[in-house]
Amino acid sequence: MKKQGDSVRSESDAALRTRALESLLVEKGLLATDTIDKVVEKYEKDVGPLNGARVVARAWSDPDYKRRLLENGTAAIAELGFVGREGAEIVVLENTSTVHNVVVCTLCSCYPWPVLGLPPGWYKSYAYRSRLVREPRAVLREFDLHLPDSVEVRVWDSNSDLRYMVLPERPEGTEDLSEDALVPLVTRDAMIGVARIESPWA
Amino acid sequence: MDGIHDMGGMHGFGPIIREENEPLFHHEWEKRVLGMGVAIPVPVPGGSRNNIENMDPAEYLSSSYYEKWLHSRIRGLIDAGAMTPDELESRVALFREKPDAETPVHPNPDGVRAKFGKRRPASSAPPPVDIRPQFQGGDRVRARNIHPEGHTRLPRYVRGKTGTISRFYGIHNLQDAELPAGCVRREQPLYAVRFESRELWGESAEAEDAVYLDMWEGYLTPAQSDSE
Repeated sequence: MKKQGDSVRSESDAALRTRALESLLVEKGLLATDTIDKVVEKYEKDVGPLNGARVVARAWSDPDYKRRLLENGTAAIAELGFVGREGAEIVVLENTSTVHNVVVCTLCSCYPWPVLGLPPGWYKSYAYRSRLVREPRAVLREFDLHLPDSVEVRVWDSNSDLRYMVLPERPEGTEDLSEDALVPLVTRDAMIGVARIESPWA
Repeated sequence: MDGIHDMGGMHGFGPIIREENEPLFHHEWEKRVLGMGVAIPVPVPGGSRNNIENMDPAEYLSSSYYEKWLHSRIRGLIDAGAMTPDELESRVALFREKPDAETPVHPNPDGVRAKFGKRRPASSAPPPVDIRPQFQGGDRVRARNIHPEGHTRLPRYVRGKTGTISRFYGIHNLQDAELPAGCVRREQPLYAVRFESRELWGESAEAEDAVYLDMWEGYLTPAQSDSE
């Protein structure tokens, strides 16, 4: 039975076509090989969820920053130097004890690259794209997240140029942690909204 | 278009499969596709998403994320006149026969790239000053029942449904291939609109939850109040 990503053509075919394409573009002067290398390196090393974790840790530590972040996500995120592709406009959604936000792109795979890097396979999967808007609680249970009825779930379908990032609720027992110490607690999954951040001493 | 890509609410795709310790890329060629997708200076006529949406549905479903990108870029370069299908197929044949063949390098790549100019982000043009948002927070609105054949960002699952304006995001360029009837320009007010789960899914809604979408004003009409 075919599954998502089982290509009609073989993997080596994709590799061959990619190589041929790059070769043609280089020959035509449209692209240099090291330009491609630099883009890859950027997303392998510099742009990833650690950026978002820093934003979250700052928001938890600095109430004024948090206010600015929720009012204008793009500008506040740019204060920390995180700008770039798929992040021209980022809106930050605050999770609380009564509201749980979670993000998807049903039409393709839009994702806030400057703060989270490249999306994981499951975010791009047809199962996630089709099911989250219809049955978010069932999806979250698959991520081991069980929310009571007292919490409202809000699913955000990223169907415009806006990109969404979740500001997870700060876990209990972290009041004495410095901003730097908070960063490692913040997970990518919590910034998409499929996880909460539990107290480190739970 | 009412295509296979518009899958919000579809049944049948099963559980969400997560890979443990998933690598950023599963194959070297995926890295090259990312790099090319980001750095090629030739704009994709009609947009890269449009090319993906127009893939044969079976091919769409069985293609991985980066295969879709690859397809879209190839289509885009051909449509822009930057290469021909024959050129690509010849190069594929060459590498298949001679995997060690070397690529010639262009003598003046800067000159070539300068020809295409700098790409501007979609929302860079300042909007005309006389655009006033038609709706305010709390207004009840209905998503129009439009079915454009070209690219649109209005998913099927929300068309004809009634929601509430939640937030105004300012003026943004509508990305649809065609302006909906009655629209005169691309620069339009953009709103976050809240749709109750029961409104979207009826009896099958899990709970009293909500879905928020970004709606350009051209996607919306005023709705009656709660008696709707």
